[in-house]
Order: sequence, then structure tokens, then C-alpha cells
Amino acid sequence: MGRTLAEKVWDDHVVRRAEGEPDLLFIDLHLLHEVTSPQAFDGLRKSGRTVRRLDLTIATEDHNTPTLDIDKPIADPVSRVQLETLRKNCADFGVRLHPLGDVEQGVVHVVGPQLGLTQPGTTVVCGDSHTSTHGAFGALAFGIGTSQVEHVLATQTLPMARPKTMAITVDGELPEGVTAKDLILAIIAKIGTGGGQGYILEYRGSAIEKLSMEARMTICNMSIEAGARAGMIAPDETTFEYLKGRPHAPEGADWDAAVAYWKTLRTDDDAVFDAEVVIDAAELAPFVTWGTNPGQGAPLSSTVPDPASYEDASERLAAEKALEYMGLEAGQPLRSIQVDTVFVGSCTNGRIEDLRAAAALLKDRKIADGVRMLVVPGSARVGLQAVSEGLDLVFKEAGAEWRHAGCSMCLGMNPDQLAPGERSASTSNRNFEGRQGKGGRTHLVSPPVAAATAVLGRLASPADLSDAPAGV
Amino acid sequence: MEAFTTHTGRAVPLRRSNVDTDQIIPAHWLKKVTRDGFEDGLFEAWRKDPEFVLNRPERHGATVLVAGPDFGTGSSREHAVWALQNYGFKAVISSRFADIFRGNSLKNGLLTVVLDQKTVDALWELTEQDPQTEVTVDLVAREVRAESITAPFELDENSRWRLLNGLDDISITLQNEADIAAYEAKRPSFKPRTLPV
Ligand code: SF4
Repeated sequence: MGRTLAEKVWDDHVVRRAEGEPDLLFIDLHLLHEVTSPQAFDGLRKSGRTVRRLDLTIATEDHNTPTLDIDKPIADPVSRVQLETLRKNCADFGVRLHPLGDVEQGVVHVVGPQLGLTQPGTTVVCGDSHTSTHGAFGALAFGIGTSQVEHVLATQTLPMARPKTMAITVDGELPEGVTAKDLILAIIAKIGTGGGQGYILEYRGSAIEKLSMEARMTICNMSIEAGARAGMIAPDETTFEYLKGRPHAPEGADWDAAVAYWKTLRTDDDAVFDAEVVIDAAELAPFVTWGTNPGQGAPLSSTVPDPASYEDASERLAAEKALEYMGLEAGQPLRSIQVDTVFVGSCTNGRIEDLRAAAALLKDRKIADGVRMLVVPGSARVGLQAVSEGLDLVFKEAGAEWRHAGCSMCLGMNPDQLAPGERSASTSNRNFEGRQGKGGRTHLVSPPVAAATAVLGRLASPADLSDAPAGV
Repeated sequence: MEAFTTHTGRAVPLRRSNVDTDQIIPAHWLKKVTRDGFEDGLFEAWRKDPEFVLNRPERHGATVLVAGPDFGTGSSREHAVWALQNYGFKAVISSRFADIFRGNSLKNGLLTVVLDQKTVDALWELTEQDPQTEVTVDLVAREVRAESITAPFELDENSRWRLLNGLDDISITLQNEADIAAYEAKRPSFKPRTLPV
């Protein structure tokens, strides 16, 4: 019987397999950041161990880094200590680090692909759940806990039981104005936040094949929001094209050998998935969340659902609680929801394509009075690229704040936070209670919806802007 | 991880049930960046009371915690185990532990022993009457002994073997060093590297 993409990559990394035990997998790339690594390094020190493969390990600073005044000392003592600890650990153990201020610094899941380190058929881990992002390249990428971070540092392997596989097939054409973000939000709303539990998802079908690498990363990024261990997309010419010439991409004969291998990384025709979901791209529309988990979403053209309409008692209760926290009424049109803040950034939508999409809509327009808009590139390089294209000026002229790279308001570990009761349209991935600041209310949206919302001051799609002429 | 074969020490009787990990180590301690230094956070709220059993001078230096049922419920934080170990505890006895806490404790070399509540009651009485009583937790013989009390306990073979030999997950994996090295030797040259070679 044939094998799925996930099974092929898994099999190619088995160091040891024994009856009744998890497989021991080799890890090709280990990404580190300041939040989940300190106790792992501490553990190594205690047991007198070293980092086994410094050449497969890389660190950057992202969660705690400020996005303003980055040359000044960090005010919050906890953030400062975490960053200083990472710096000391990397220096002590010899790990390559891109600290705040470095040109390669940024959100760890933006940095890996951009350096060409994330490659098809590799295993990638990081002490961060959104490691699933890297699956866009046909890599098997898992988020891990701190004890596992220590395990990988010491052994470059991880004992793991193989998850099941689920195919998510999206055929057809995405309508105009519908992005990868709308697609993944619709998928999560369909299968639920637990729908992917125990599975590696493989996104496939003609609509997926047409997506750029950046769009594919947006989709795989949020696999975890469907409860999945990982998400993957088979590598193809788009993938090879993206990688060619990147700093860590193979060269010469290695490139040819790599591409020959990468081309084998497709699910065989006779392979069988443990579960399958089919979605028609043509039926999709701009999608936003109204609740407090990423599965509580609906097309922007619809209304806030009535909790009473849920048959399942726990879903009904969850919806009631969500509406109360979010300060929304059942039946209210989603387009009528006014926001105070718009956030464009994060490892979901902080790449150059996302900034271009938002800037295209903001050009010659102004954001609404009383709305604060933060644009935070996913990495310092993305920031530089945006500046070279003049996007920073577009944002500033529209009245948005152009910031330095980092996780920023995606989780509010740095000063970029919502105040209690404030409402945001955010291109990030989690709308949990308090995620963007205590008492803050989050609506997850795509970059074009974020930009249109900033202009109109209420949840809006780019199509709504036609009534608000440019240059007003 | 340190091997655990047998341990003898004085005990702390903790007559409370449902001690969750938030009580063992409050959330604000989780911002720390090390695995040690959690001893002051252990049972922080209760320790504000000078009469709390841990604060009693006769309990200083005790290494065996005899707790009520459902010890270690709530959040999965591994810090709860570190806090107990940092404080000096080598073993915790209870009639029932929360699953994740128990998993974490055995991974970190803190022996969690399940005894029936009657035996726990007997240990409480004994160690309350005479705080100097020594309790022996013997993993080789799989029994707890204190004066006239001798109580056998169960522990699955794999966890016992790991504790007796002081093997954490990493040590176990490193026993397969030859397999890892063999795998590394055949990795293709086109695989990415973070450092120049
Ligand atoms: S951008 Fe958000 S989701 Fe991504 S790594 Fe940072 S905090 Fe996590």
C-alpha cells in the first residue's frame, strides 16, 4: 500500500523502532526562543550535557521584544531577564542567536523559512505550538514542551508515537478577495477546534496548489487551532522556487539531489488517510471570528449566531459565554461591529505578502478616527523589504503605526496590548480571552479585512471600500 | 536524574486533600527561568501561617511528604515537582495522585508512592506523635516502613527500572547512541545546517 506524505517523512527520520515503544525520530532543525528554552538549558547544565548538534540549532528573540525604542533597555524586568537568559545560554552553549536589533531577528516561524532552513522532507521542532507553520514546505513540524526541548538539545532526537493522518482537500478557485486566512478559519469552523486532534493534516487539492508559499504558511500555521499535531502541504515548483538562492538552501549538485528527493514527497495515489474532509473553494467568502476560540467564526456577511441555535449543550454554553465576554448580541450583523484597534502581524500574517495586501488597500486612504492600527512585520528582514517597497510610508500616511518585528500584540507579552474591553481586528491566530491583553476582545481576520476594517472603523471587507473612495 | 533505591528521612504529615498544583507552586513563580530556586514558592500561601506544618521547627529537614488524597491536581506545570524537590522532598506518599503530576514526578526522580488511606492515616498519627520518626521508602523492596508499619506499594516495572537506575528520558535515548550516530552518518549532504561547516 502507498504512503501519505506525512508517513514518508516520518519513516525517513526513524532512528530506532521497537515493538511497544514510540519511534525515536531524528530532528533536522531545532528552533529556539526565549520563553520555552531557559529550563531546558538549565537541565543540560545540571546534568553536565552539551548541545549535540549546534549545526542544527538556531535561536531568535520574539515573544518579549518591544516593537518601539528597541535600542533602549527593556523596561519590563521579566521580559528583560528572559532575553538576557537566552543570550547567556546561547553564548555558554555556542548556539547561533539572532537577538533584538539583528537583521535576522524576528518571529521564529518567519525566520526559519526566510533563511531557507525550513526545507521539504525535514523534521522541525520548536518549543512553540505554531511550529506547524513549517509544514507548508512539506516538512514535519511539531511544537514541543520544555522537557522535549532539552531532550532535542541533548540528543537531536525525540521519542514520538505516530499520529494518524487526515486529508483536507480544497478544490476549485478561491473567489476574489478571499485569502488563505479565510480558508483556514473556515476549515477550523467546519471541523472544530478539536477536529484535528491526534492527526497530522495534509492540505491538498487544486486550490492549495495555486497558493503562494506565504499563503501556505498561513494555513499550516493554524493547524494547531484545529487541534492537530501538525499540518503539511506537499512540496512543488512553488516551494522549490521560494527556496532557491536562500542563504541556507542547498547549492549546485546538492540542490539537484535535494530537488530529486523533494519530488518524491507526495502522497501516493493508493495511500489511505485515516480521515478526509473536502471543501469547495468557490463557496468561501471573507471569514471572521465572533467568539473566543478560533472555531467560532462565520462569513463576514453573516450575523452573530444565536447560542440557542446550537444543538450541542456544551457548544451552546461556549457560545453564550463567548458572546458575553465579547460584548455581542445574537443576530447583530458582523459588519456592524466597531473596533478600536487593528493589528497586522504575527507568524500567521506578518510576512511581506500580508503587508503588501494591507498596504494596497490603505494607499491614499486614512484609517478611521479613533482607531489605532499597529503594523508589525514578522521579522526584521520583512520590515526592511517593506521599507524598500515604501509600504511603511503607506501605513504611516494612512495613520497606522509602523513598528519593529516581533510577536507583539499577538499575545501581548510585550507592551503592545489591548486595554480591558478594547476590541481588535487582528491577523493573528488566537482569539482566546485575554490573549491580546486582559479583558481585550479579539476578532481574527485576514490582512485585507484588517485594512478595510481600519478604514471603516468596523469589521469590513475590501469590497466595502468601494463606497469609501480612495483619498478621502 | 539521581537514582532512587531507598530513602530514609523524617516526614511532614500534610492533612489536606485535593492539593492542586497552584497551591503547590502559585502561577507567578512560573516566570522564573531556572529549574531551581522554587523552594520558597512551595505552598507559598499556606506558609504565611506560622503554624503551618512546614513552618514548625521540628519539621525542618524532613524529606518525605505524607499528603491527603488527590495530590497534584490542576495545571500540568512541572514546576510543582521542581518546587517539592528544591525544598528537599525525595518522596511523596498519598492515597491518590493526579495523573499528570505523577507522570511529571516520576520523570524528574521524585518518587510518588500510592498507599491506601488507612496506612496514610497511620503514618500521619505516627509522625504527629513523634516528629523524629523516620520513614523509609524502599523502592527495591517496594515497601514503606516506619516503626511497626510495613506497607507494600506498587509501581510499574518501567518507571521503577528508570528510577532505580536514575534514567531520565534523555539518558534512555542516549543508550541508543549507536543508532543515533548511524543515522547521522547516513544523512544526505543537502540537509540544512544552521552554522557554516
Ligand atoms: S506570533 Fe504569536 S503565535 Fe506566532 S510565535 Fe509569536 S506569539 Fe506565538
